[in-house]
Amino acid sequence: MNKTLLIIQREYLSRVKKKAFLIMTFLVPLLIIAMYALIFFLSMRGGDNTPTVEVIDESGIFNKSFENKRSVNFKSSTLSLSEAKKKVINEEEAFILFIPKDIKSGGSIELFAQKNAGLSVISSIENQLNEQMRVKLLQDAGIDSETLDKIKPNLSVVSKELTVEGEKDSSSGAAMAVGFAAAILIYMSLFIYGIQVMRGIIEEKTSRIVEVVISSVKPFQLMMGKIIGIGLVGLTQFLLWIVLSVGLMSIASTILFKDQVEQEKSEIPMADQSAAAATPKGPGTDILKALQTVEWNYILPAFIVFFLGGYMLYSALFAAVGSAVETDTETQQFMLPITLPLLFTYIMSFSFIVNNPDSSLSFWLSIIPFTSPIAMMVRLPFGVPNWELALSIVLLIGGFLFTTWVASRIYRVGILMYGKKVSFKELGKWFMYNE
Amino acid sequence: MLSIRNIVKQYAKHRALDNVSIEIEDGSIFGLLGPNGAGKTSLIRIINQITAPDQGEIFLKGEKLNPKHISMIGYLPEERGLYKKMEIGEQMLYLAQLKGLSKSDATLKIKHWFEKMEIESWWHKKVEDLSKGMQQKVQFIATVVHDPKLIILDEPFSGFDPVNAQLITDEILDLNKKGATIIFSTHRMESVEQLCDSIALIHQSKKILDGKVKDIKNQYRNNTYRISFSGKLERQENDFFTINSEKLDDGITHLTIQIKSGHSVNDLLHYLMPQVQISELMEIIPSMNDIFIQNVKN
Repeated sequence: MNKTLLIIQREYLSRVKKKAFLIMTFLVPLLIIAMYALIFFLSMRGGDNTPTVEVIDESGIFNKSFENKRSVNFKSSTLSLSEAKKKVINEEEAFILFIPKDIKSGGSIELFAQKNAGLSVISSIENQLNEQMRVKLLQDAGIDSETLDKIKPNLSVVSKELTVEGEKDSSSGAAMAVGFAAAILIYMSLFIYGIQVMRGIIEEKTSRIVEVVISSVKPFQLMMGKIIGIGLVGLTQFLLWIVLSVGLMSIASTILFKDQVEQEKSEIPMADQSAAAATPKGPGTDILKALQTVEWNYILPAFIVFFLGGYMLYSALFAAVGSAVETDTETQQFMLPITLPLLFTYIMSFSFIVNNPDSSLSFWLSIIPFTSPIAMMVRLPFGVPNWELALSIVLLIGGFLFTTWVASRIYRVGILMYGKKVSFKELGKWFMYNE
Repeated sequence: MLSIRNIVKQYAKHRALDNVSIEIEDGSIFGLLGPNGAGKTSLIRIINQITAPDQGEIFLKGEKLNPKHISMIGYLPEERGLYKKMEIGEQMLYLAQLKGLSKSDATLKIKHWFEKMEIESWWHKKVEDLSKGMQQKVQFIATVVHDPKLIILDEPFSGFDPVNAQLITDEILDLNKKGATIIFSTHRMESVEQLCDSIALIHQSKKILDGKVKDIKNQYRNNTYRISFSGKLERQENDFFTINSEKLDDGITHLTIQIKSGHSVNDLLHYLMPQVQISELMEIIPSMNDIFIQNVKN
């Protein structure tokens, strides 16, 4: 078997077999799902414990015409307002909806409760109030609401991006969020896996195994084997995250939304599609819906390419640092030049690029190999011309070839230097050595 | 076996090897000697193709050194170690495969060595659970598992306890008997005297002495004898020997005498016998240690 493959295999297996890897692999999607579920439950507060709202209708318009919904039940009440308020103070679970006499002339409807009512409770009440008020007002004006419904136009604006390649659905905010998430993920993983490369090299150097290994293989093979092996660990991790997240997400959404979807179906008359879109479903379904609009087959390959390119570029630098030192603490001084461009791009991405995606600074940041892996991920959702994307990728490949070349020249000398405090000047000297 | 010709290795301002040439015979045990920093490790790294010389060439079995030779060489570095968190067996397999063995071949050979060293039960142990001496056994196996024709051991005995040192020595001699050429790099002269056929002494990047141990020792003999006798030596002044030291112990005189060239030990005996009762006469042959120190100091 090819020796570089052997090294890749060892680097890969020894990490994938670790408990930490398994924990990370399962924990992250679970955390995502947990957060997602938390948002969902917070927004759908109540759940099993459906609040019952007592309606005091002084106007007489809405009398007993409220329908019970999944998130809220209604009950008409004969209490006076002051009695009702006392009841709210005494009873934790009491909700009182007060509709004043002067509702038509601008009086406000009030909901009394000890705690804040959930978003879905309020929107359910508002929807019913508005719908019934509309019917009532139409009747007062002598218009048959059924006739009106029939002639109600059902128009909506679909946002399309028009480019030379044709038109496509605008990927809106969700895509932007995905771009952001991808940028953050790349930023973090460049560090996480880059530092793994560095640590691995320090380990080989301090344990003194390195001299045995490089009497069998070229230092370059060892370095590349390590970089590729750990890169594959990263890819595996991402792949498992995606698979697990999608899997868990679909399981979670079937459980969470099953009732709701069915209920909505029965609630909404076929003719009233626009009302269906306006029906509150909670942020949970919104997120799912929005995520479905993201162009995964475009974002995912881009993510993989820019992660790999950026990883190869930076991990080579991390490798050079690892070869020059013997302990983690010595790495500090060399880490700064690696950390700075990454941190700079990261900050720029969220403060500048997102607001000015087509400015020349954004363009350059997404073209220069040291910053492009992060900057390009932020720019992508806003639409990036193909030639820019191609140029960025080509330069990124050139960039990592360059850093790998530089790093390997430092690495081959560094790994055999023991007990020496190293400066940048020293690294320069190593770089200049003949083989 | 190994022919090292005019090797020069330059590091920035420091010349690590300055025109070093050494011939190592097939099947010999060769000592590469020199004080710390003399350039031994630099030379060994060049032989292992870890680094390349700036000038000069090395031939292995008449063939210019090339990557194919890697599988023929077994190298135990002075700075040696293992992956701490990796299982021993797995680690041996990895290292053996890097040397070019197939997985099945490597497994077979490792099992054989583990049995020989009586460490079969270590296969699934991690390195961090082994003592330093145990680790060295494992490292030694890793060095020789692929049946190298040339074995290079850099300070092999540092850190070994006497029992393990003997065990390893026996294994080295056994491998040598089976045809392997062995290069020792060391500054421990007792092991040189015990094991090596030939040596080269490197000092300040230059080879200053080489040859067969026997020849070198002969070369450094300087007609010095130790003689013990009872009785009184009347005339000490003479023209054919000088007394280097004199000691009187319990009525017996111990002298160290250097005989001037042109005279023999018989002349000395002729001179002494009439005067004293000789109880012991011995030639002082310089130890490798003396030769080493003498050469390095000059």
